[in-house]
Amino acid sequence: MDVQEKTYEEKLAEFEARIARGEKIEPGDWMPDEYRKQLIRMIGQHAHSEIVGMLPEGKWIPHAPGFRRKLTLIAKVQDEAGHGQLLYRAAETLGKSRGEMLEELLDGKAKYSNVFNYPTPTWADVGMIGWLVDGAAVVNQRMIAKCSYGPYARAMKRICFEESFHIKQGQDLLIKMVNGTEEQKQMAQESLNRWWYPTLMMLGMPDSDSPHLGKLKRWGVKVKTNDELRQEFVDLVAPQLKSVDLHPPDDDLHYDEETGHWKFTEPDYDELKRVIKGDGPCNKERMEARRKAHEEGRWVREALAVSKRKKEVPAA
Amino acid sequence: MNDTQLPIWEVFHQEKRGAPHVHVGAVHASDEEMALRMAKEQFARRLECVSLWVVREEHVVRTNYDDPFFFARNTDKRYREVHGFPAPLKGKHSE
Ligand SMILES: [Fe+2]
Ligand SMILES: [Fe+2]
Repeated sequence: MDVQEKTYEEKLAEFEARIARGEKIEPGDWMPDEYRKQLIRMIGQHAHSEIVGMLPEGKWIPHAPGFRRKLTLIAKVQDEAGHGQLLYRAAETLGKSRGEMLEELLDGKAKYSNVFNYPTPTWADVGMIGWLVDGAAVVNQRMIAKCSYGPYARAMKRICFEESFHIKQGQDLLIKMVNGTEEQKQMAQESLNRWWYPTLMMLGMPDSDSPHLGKLKRWGVKVKTNDELRQEFVDLVAPQLKSVDLHPPDDDLHYDEETGHWKFTEPDYDELKRVIKGDGPCNKERMEARRKAHEEGRWVREALAVSKRKKEVPAA
Repeated sequence: MNDTQLPIWEVFHQEKRGAPHVHVGAVHASDEEMALRMAKEQFARRLECVSLWVVREEHVVRTNYDDPFFFARNTDKRYREVHGFPAPLKGKHSE
């Protein structure tokens, strides 16, 4: 039996059977081109989101109220840089280099999460990003940890472990504010008003607008649909927020005894499309900041490139 | 111009003395020292760690998932295993 002689249909059948058995696909395995491209696109966008995601909250590092909050925020932002690197590496195992992906990001050709194109005018936004944005990210990433591509699923396990700290620090920060002065409480509520719908959008277009969903599910690229993830997220955070007297800006938000789920108003998906395409409140600012950082880091990369000293590393 | 594509190093992480080094992922680095430092930042930031190994990716020799023969066990190899022998006597040897 020679593997080369199998037809495309036979290989595809084996590939789908492996996924149906719950086995992972590993680098070097045969896979349909469409599967490879879809994953490169998804993992690349995910990586870019981690990198750009450092900007809205990173700008608060110099202004953090107190040393402990500052250390916490630095640690969180460093985690996001690490997530970006883990993800670029996972995408590389499918045949696209990190250099190529970074170039696409800097050239403005790559997409990343809508949610990082919104402004962070107050300190409460740092907490809201932790609670809501990292909260939605975890709902999504817990699903990806079960996806069919081994390196992506493995990276997610590590990332989810760190995300729980991100959520915790955000909740802690906001609960302090809610129990503070009237002004602080109002600042927290206004931040929720700003972030609620962008976070709901973050989980993607509605299922009715996802033409390839069937195949993505069969191939284990998606294990749940966007609408399922969004419902899971609302069911999780709506009661949490209400328990500390924070109220999402949705008059129709209520618990439905019959279904056991929270009913909510869908976000404006046209806004999502616009922001993803580059026309959000901060897209330009984010890309400029990223390019500036890239330029300012050039001397470091040049220094690293020439420091290829041979050094003895003790053997095992 | 692309100056961001550094060589890839596979990273092996040992949680405590006596534990095996386990593959945890990879980093990009220009030399051994940078690879170890990146590995420490990436994989030993939270988890306990007493030792890290980094190995240039191209130095790792791999089997092929598609090779149907490499791991095939088509002869009876029970003579290599404990359950290939009749019922044991009472009492266990220490492991
Ligand atoms: Fe992250
Ligand atoms: Fe995070």
